Amino acid sequence: MSILVFAEHDNSTLKADTLKTVAAAQAIGGDIHLLVAGSNCQNVAQEAAKVNGVSKVIVADNAAYEHQLAENISLLVTELAGDYDHILATALTTGKNFMPRVAALLDVAQISDIIAVESADTFVRPIYAGNAIATVQSLDSKKIITVRPTGFDAVATDGNAEIISLDTVTDAGISAHVSDELSESERPDLGAAGVVISGGRGMQNGDNFKLLEGIADKLGAAIGASRAAVDAGFVPNDMQVGQTGKIVAPDLYIAVGISGAIQHLAGMKDSKIIVAINKDAEAPIFQVADYGIVADLFDVLPELEGKL
Amino acid sequence: MKVLVPIKRVIDYNVKVRVKADNSNVDLANVKMAINPFCEIAVEEAVRLKEAGTATEVIVVSIGDKSCQEQLRTALALGADRAIQIETDESLDALNIAKLLQKTVEEEQPQLVILGKQSIDSDNNQTGQMLAALTGMPQGTFASEVKVEGDKVNVTREVDSGLQTVALNLPAIVTTDLRLNEPRYAKLPNIMKAKRKPLEVKPAADFGIDLSPRSTLLKVTPPATRQAGIIVDSVDTLIEKLKNEAKVIS
Repeated sequence: MSILVFAEHDNSTLKADTLKTVAAAQAIGGDIHLLVAGSNCQNVAQEAAKVNGVSKVIVADNAAYEHQLAENISLLVTELAGDYDHILATALTTGKNFMPRVAALLDVAQISDIIAVESADTFVRPIYAGNAIATVQSLDSKKIITVRPTGFDAVATDGNAEIISLDTVTDAGISAHVSDELSESERPDLGAAGVVISGGRGMQNGDNFKLLEGIADKLGAAIGASRAAVDAGFVPNDMQVGQTGKIVAPDLYIAVGISGAIQHLAGMKDSKIIVAINKDAEAPIFQVADYGIVADLFDVLPELEGKL
Repeated sequence: MKVLVPIKRVIDYNVKVRVKADNSNVDLANVKMAINPFCEIAVEEAVRLKEAGTATEVIVVSIGDKSCQEQLRTALALGADRAIQIETDESLDALNIAKLLQKTVEEEQPQLVILGKQSIDSDNNQTGQMLAALTGMPQGTFASEVKVEGDKVNVTREVDSGLQTVALNLPAIVTTDLRLNEPRYAKLPNIMKAKRKPLEVKPAADFGIDLSPRSTLLKVTPPATRQAGIIVDSVDTLIEKLKNEAKVIS
């Protein structure tokens, strides 16, 4: 069997979550190729060649792929699909965007967001915001799969795969990139951080998120937020942790002023240790927390920062 | 221009679902159902486009048994002009849903199709993208802003790194994220009016599409439960526990 894995990157570095998707490919078993599609992305290709378990890196380096528009990437992947039994992408916004398009072009179903591999055609995935876990057997000849990174442990990066370049260019010509508004942060990625501290509606406003920063600095943590905090405009959308936002599973997750709606729990309840700080003792977040403090966060946060 | 909005009937977002004792699926008997929250945002966006004079007609479509007429009536009460129910008793996977919607797009010729980015039951996040592929249209997924300008639509998308804006040739597909708008509540006179709006029922079997399933659901189990934790009385105790018991900080 052969497996194509789509590499997540920003044209300069390979996203660490790709290493987890490769782990999922290894669990399926077969000859694994990584596809690096982008523009001026040779550095990514070099990094991809070091990923363990990968025998070949296919590089499609062209302006048409710079912003990874779904219309263009899906044509590229569909063109390569003939050689593969499985095609995998990470269940992040790029993969979620183009993969169903690939599946439909190939006339096969997609299995989204798998967290475990049972066999080459049977996969485990959460449904209903993680309140049920489904085991699904694909009946299609080709399997199109997105992988939830928190379900797999990253493979190492001391490999040495062959790199080949692709000259064909697939440009659908029906969409164009206009602009990006990227969040600049010195902190680790939410998905990759070992510690995450998140604020909810209880933070009251965006300024108060500064109270989380000092603690995040001391713990090397990423800062997240609940949907309520994002909807209220306290912080930008890319900080949202939850069913339809980012799914995280750090060693330590600190939920501050977050009540614990089903949709938020879906994004963090696989964390190793959960700490909840909330003044409402009845808040559902305490039902999943390993350690809880029932107190006003405006008292607890400065004390915690001072004592860490 | 015409706007088509496919919607789905799902479990109400406040209800915590339970798995059946025989692990065959989740138990939806006597559970409160509603229009999928992302679909509701899609309806709202289409109605706003009509109120702004950009859209001329808003058509809602749902695929399911007779019960989904309830959600279609809700969408009509929110301001959609007419509804189509594609009738089937089967629970179809996203690809087959997309194929039925493709036929509807061919018949209705909308300039814009707005869908929810995912349904909160199967959490697949596929239908809009698949419909885009089948119709050859460009897609603006996870939209937080939609601006129709001439023969293009500019869609601002919520992506992992922030926001990305793309320009799509019309006709196009848009899937909604949470921040696109805040849906209105249906007013009583509009709920009454919605009962008289046209609702056409079309059997899925008449579409001439092979709707056989592409996967088998082998089992559904409850997730692993977390052990109940403890309430600590002070920040000092918390830090001590995190250091010495959980060993997650040093």
